[in-house]
Amino acid sequence: MPLSAAGLALRLVLVALLAGAVGGGLLTVLQAIKTEPLIRAAETFEHAATGAAPGGATAAPEEWEPAPGLERWSYTLLANALAATGYALILLAGFTIRRGVTWRSGLIWGLGGFAAFVLAPMLGLPPPLPGTELADLAGRQAWWIGTVVATAGGLALIAFAEPRTKIAGAIILALPHVIGAPTPEGFSAVPAEIAGQFVSATLFTNLVLWLALGALTGLAFSRFVSGSRSAA
Amino acid sequence: MSTNQSIQAPSIDAVSVDRQTRAAVAIAMVVLGAVLVWGVGFAHPAFIHNAAHDTRHALTYPCH
Repeated sequence: MPLSAAGLALRLVLVALLAGAVGGGLLTVLQAIKTEPLIRAAETFEHAATGAAPGGATAAPEEWEPAPGLERWSYTLLANALAATGYALILLAGFTIRRGVTWRSGLIWGLGGFAAFVLAPMLGLPPPLPGTELADLAGRQAWWIGTVVATAGGLALIAFAEPRTKIAGAIILALPHVIGAPTPEGFSAVPAEIAGQFVSATLFTNLVLWLALGALTGLAFSRFVSGSRSAA
Repeated sequence: MSTNQSIQAPSIDAVSVDRQTRAAVAIAMVVLGAVLVWGVGFAHPAFIHNAAHDTRHALTYPCH
């Protein structure tokens, strides 16, 4: 029985919520082990430099922020699940266009997502730590978004387009790095060792997240969306 | 639609959905996904920033 557009969309959203919940939980565990100790360490240097009270984000003190401990972790888990659901929806959109996927080819899609959302932006912008010296936020956000879109589009063209169009894909892929990311003017008080470890920690954490999301959404799509006719 | 038909076809088949419908649904999913990622990673209100602070750092979104 063919699915209607609404039926297909509903199934994709349900699969994305499921994968997002699992991925968000996994990300939270990885964060606790890998990235969070480094963020807290950087925040001590940030607060020492600015004279602010420790315990949270860097917004103005009168702004609400979650209390340290369970409340902060609860919001982090929720935000992780929502972001992972967003990633899952984008993967599932790709599966829908390409018609078929397995958990194995889902892993390849996950690697593509990792390349687009993590690796390519990190080639220009180091993962930001609290207290580090950074270029203007709007400029960094614009370059980040542009790089994600160009990398995803470029990879899709290279993977799926006709040979001549693949060259256009490669050019689009390289374009953000030819333009170049905004660079900061000074240096921060956060030790370079912490910043270096944070690069390794975020690469590891995000790679595992994307592989898990790729395999999970691939498996769920083949089981619940494309039935038994998935074409790998 | 006869009940017989739905009994005979228990498996769901998105593969047979036509190309235009699949493209439209895929675009809607990308938009929805992008809205979620933008909301968690880029929305400016301070309470959203503070709630999603550690997530933004872990996912390497531009922050601060």
